[in-house]
Amino acid sequence: MSTAIGERALDRLPVSRYKWPGTALLWLALLMVPLWVPWAGGYVELAGRALVLGLAAMGLNFLLGFTGVMSFGHAAYFGLGAYGAGLMLKYVTGSTLLALFTGTLLGGLAGTILGALIVRRRGVYFAMVTIAYGQIFFYIAYRWNSLTGGDDGLRGFARQPLGVGSWVINIQNNATLFYYFLLAVFAIATGAMAFRLCSPFGRTLIAILENERRARYLGLPVERHIWLAFSVSCFVCATAGALYALLNNFADPMTLHYSLSGEIVIMAVMGGMRTFWGPLLGAAVFVVLQDYISSITVNWMSFIGLLFVLVVLFFPRGLLGILGQRGAP
Amino acid sequence: MSLLEVRSASKNFGSLMAVRQVSLRVERGEMRAIIGPNGAGKTTFFNLITGFFPPTEGEIWFGGRDVTRLSAQRRVSLGMGRSFQVAEIFPELTVRENLRIAVEVGRGLALRPWLGRAKARLVRQAIDEVLAATGLTTKAARLAGELTHGDQRATEIAMVLALRPRLLLLDEPTAGMAEQETYDTVALIRRLHRMNRLTVILIEHDMRVVFHLADRITVLDRGRLLAEGLPDEIAANPAVQAAYLGEPA
Repeated sequence: MSTAIGERALDRLPVSRYKWPGTALLWLALLMVPLWVPWAGGYVELAGRALVLGLAAMGLNFLLGFTGVMSFGHAAYFGLGAYGAGLMLKYVTGSTLLALFTGTLLGGLAGTILGALIVRRRGVYFAMVTIAYGQIFFYIAYRWNSLTGGDDGLRGFARQPLGVGSWVINIQNNATLFYYFLLAVFAIATGAMAFRLCSPFGRTLIAILENERRARYLGLPVERHIWLAFSVSCFVCATAGALYALLNNFADPMTLHYSLSGEIVIMAVMGGMRTFWGPLLGAAVFVVLQDYISSITVNWMSFIGLLFVLVVLFFPRGLLGILGQRGAP
Repeated sequence: MSLLEVRSASKNFGSLMAVRQVSLRVERGEMRAIIGPNGAGKTTFFNLITGFFPPTEGEIWFGGRDVTRLSAQRRVSLGMGRSFQVAEIFPELTVRENLRIAVEVGRGLALRPWLGRAKARLVRQAIDEVLAATGLTTKAARLAGELTHGDQRATEIAMVLALRPRLLLLDEPTAGMAEQETYDTVALIRRLHRMNRLTVILIEHDMRVVFHLADRITVLDRGRLLAEGLPDEIAANPAVQAAYLGEPA
């Protein structure tokens, strides 16, 4: 996955001197969503959905964009996050935070364990095994009616208000407050990823992406680092999945299906996998188009497919890559 | 005790015997050249030493330790540094960033979530030292992929040096270089060897370079060890002359 000479690989890191105005603008826009989104013809739940799927795509991109390893099975960890959170709320506790934590842990640990088994595979072999893993979880959720609700999905739970002492934040019925809850979790997850990428560890991922042989002959345990990146990426996807279940008060077996894995990849690639924030933009475009076009025709996926092909053909660096193109490095 | 000892190593690819029972001892501080006609198995032999693939037969000992079954990256962390025929660098990173990764990995900082002020300064100093030692200081901010052939090679050697290796293996360090670049590279290798008492093994086609640099020379031919000795002995060896001129020995 090498790019043209003259492009600086470290530019894909989220933090650098000339990037802070863009990042500040992005956060400002995210904070003001309840103000401008209804004005622009959307609604706050839609923004929440874009944020959650954006987090999943950014999680996938931690692996794809920074080590060059492609997974087509990240829906598995997203879905496990969703079911983990849903099952916790339905059967165990009324704590939204505990449900979020459980979902994250369930999907993250599953990814970490399974990842250890496949880090020696590369390219299409790696991608195929990740699909297979995902389908295992899909069929478990699909078949295990008594626990997961099978084909109908897991229902009968709802996110609960957050209680801080005697102070209650009602994220249950207030869409705006719930959006800010999503944004807070999103900030923590993306902050953690950015912090990890800007460390020596992040540079080793770029080293693997740039030249795996040289990375190995610097004495870098390449498999271990790919595994760690895979693990981080699964934890983030699981967090996104848990948030998704809280957003919908519902866990859908399709959140485990490989078609969602494909959609997450589309979001990341369309938005720009050479950038940290690109996948968020890709997810936003995806979610908005889906919402808008699906009210006109059931064939909304054809339009998104067409857009995806056009972006890949004419803007191989993705939508954010167009904005990010500067003059000489 | 020798720093490196190869005991009767062989490597077969299917029916092709690329390396056949070659033994080699390299002492600390030695500059050894491995020469031989095309297809003699020199690079395959390098790959056996550095763990690119395991030998079909035989053993490799490094620093008194059997490393035959160790992975390439383990051998590197034990002190084997290697360059390749085509420089393996990170082309989209600057020279400084290339070296930074090498220093951080080499000092065991690769998993650190955060470099403290002291460690960051240590890393910076180490980079500056290697830049100065390899004459790349003025090119530190350039993208490695945009450098000349010779400077890319120097960058690769600098990265390997940043690991503070005990043994430096160079695969045709002057291949495809112009006269001046060759001269500079030879001077660099000699300087490193003398300054740091670094043990060096190099594969080389350019005989002027070989006779200029090497303490001892090993000759491979069609996978076999043909001769080994001082440069004068090798130059006078009729079997070596025959191998190079293609006459029956």
